[in-house]
Amino acid sequence: MNAIEVRDLYKKYGDVRAVDGVTFDVRAGECLALLGPNGAGKTTTTEILEGYRHADSGTVQVLGTDPQTGGLSWRARLGIVLQADRDLGELTVRESVRHFAGYFANPRDPEEVIAAVGLEAKASARNSKLSGGQRRRLDVALGIIGRPEMLFLDEPTTGFDPEARREFWTLIEQLKSEGTTILLTTHYLDEAERLADRVAVIARGRIVACDTPSQIGNRSNATAVVSWAEGGVERSESTSEPTAFVRALAERLGGEIPELAVQRPTLEDTYLSLLAEEGES
Amino acid sequence: MSSTLALGKRRVSLELRQFFRDRESALFNFALPMILLVIFGSVFADQEVGFEDVTFAQYFLAGMIASGILYTSFQNLAIAIPMERDDATLKRLQGLPMPKASYFIGKAGMVFIAYVVQVIVLLIVGVLFYGVNLPDTATKWFTFAWVSVLGLLSCTLLGIAFSVVPKQGKGASAIVAPIVLVLQFTSGVFFVFNQLPSWMQTFASLFPLKWLTQAMRYVFLPEGAEVIEVGGAWNLGMCALVLGIWTIAGFFIALKVFRWSARGQD
Repeated sequence: MNAIEVRDLYKKYGDVRAVDGVTFDVRAGECLALLGPNGAGKTTTTEILEGYRHADSGTVQVLGTDPQTGGLSWRARLGIVLQADRDLGELTVRESVRHFAGYFANPRDPEEVIAAVGLEAKASARNSKLSGGQRRRLDVALGIIGRPEMLFLDEPTTGFDPEARREFWTLIEQLKSEGTTILLTTHYLDEAERLADRVAVIARGRIVACDTPSQIGNRSNATAVVSWAEGGVERSESTSEPTAFVRALAERLGGEIPELAVQRPTLEDTYLSLLAEEGES
Repeated sequence: MSSTLALGKRRVSLELRQFFRDRESALFNFALPMILLVIFGSVFADQEVGFEDVTFAQYFLAGMIASGILYTSFQNLAIAIPMERDDATLKRLQGLPMPKASYFIGKAGMVFIAYVVQVIVLLIVGVLFYGVNLPDTATKWFTFAWVSVLGLLSCTLLGIAFSVVPKQGKGASAIVAPIVLVLQFTSGVFFVFNQLPSWMQTFASLFPLKWLTQAMRYVFLPEGAEVIEVGGAWNLGMCALVLGIWTIAGFFIALKVFRWSARGQD
């Protein structure tokens, strides 16, 4: 069962092909991360799925419905975390969350949601007085208050400090464990690696790779870098057989290898090399 | 339908909280008529307008109540909605399982309540300090009610329709406020209407405000004061007709032109 099905999606703005033939699925209960540079087509794709924009051609199904024809009962099953930071400024956190709960038949408890995003201490503060990270957490609270089956997270942790980011990840993992399907766009590769079951790399309106974070871009088979110290000098070697290399090294040096490290390419390395292949960087 | 109304009610209370907490909107749309009443009422307190001992303060109160209709509905919405389009308020609402009508019910309810509170304060000030008499017949109270409702309805719809004109929320007040000001100057708010040049009177007769001020003078000035009106009559039938036409036109224009997102954002 797929929560999202996108087939041959195209969208042009004037002469610019923002989305240039995109096809992908998101399985129910899965978290898919869309990665890509600014202007790659992430937001346009997401906004077509959310029903904010029309596609030029192609088919899109979200929870079995074309977003352009989805009614209120379809909307009630979605949660959208916007990148907005100025609206609702005159209201308090608690007033906002309570008000938004009122649009849904079976919302989460507003106080629990405020606690879950870590805003208890700010519950009575005006939204306009929140810091950037606190404001993003309010947006997340408003996105999940309706118990969505399908959650759209558009760069949810921009402006978070590391601790807040980790708390947020725990929250998202909890939503996942409850069966929420998530489409995440993010610039943080560690975030994608932690949360996503699969990542799709999008560049110039096309998906250039789509796989699990550990497999994408042939990452699991890519050469590893073995580094160590020998006679006070840092040395390193790229190899596709790191185990054999380390064994040989151990025999040669006789015992513990000083400062030994074996490094696989990080998701970020893989992501950047995928973009380089596309001439993006 | 019931959920449309129920959500509309929730939106009214939310809109009111935002309206009164936003200093700019509370000052510009709500408190301004009271401030102007105190200033003009004091400066021209005893200046006569051409009928018995009716003072300019009394004449001006009718104009300020009529202006209040324009402020709380047209000016308020034509400035607030472009800002909501800019700051993603409308985008957020579009993404919710909310009937679109609930948004407009919320706006209309906020406008209505803000106006009622405004009128009560204006009347208290007028009665206590400027010798204004409250209407003494049921007919006048009834006229007060229907003129207010029809005025609010037409100007609310026109404000919603006009909200597509400002390209950005930031510049909206610079476009809307001068329009309101010109209408006030030409419609008998700041000057006695029958002393204006006739081309100006004709111009003002095309728009709601002139008819609102005239009807409010019928409500708040003593019997016989129609001698200082153009044509020597209150012309309430014409008032109803003009407001009715603007209501219908406003409804269809708003329906046709209203945008939830900025141009090029779909």
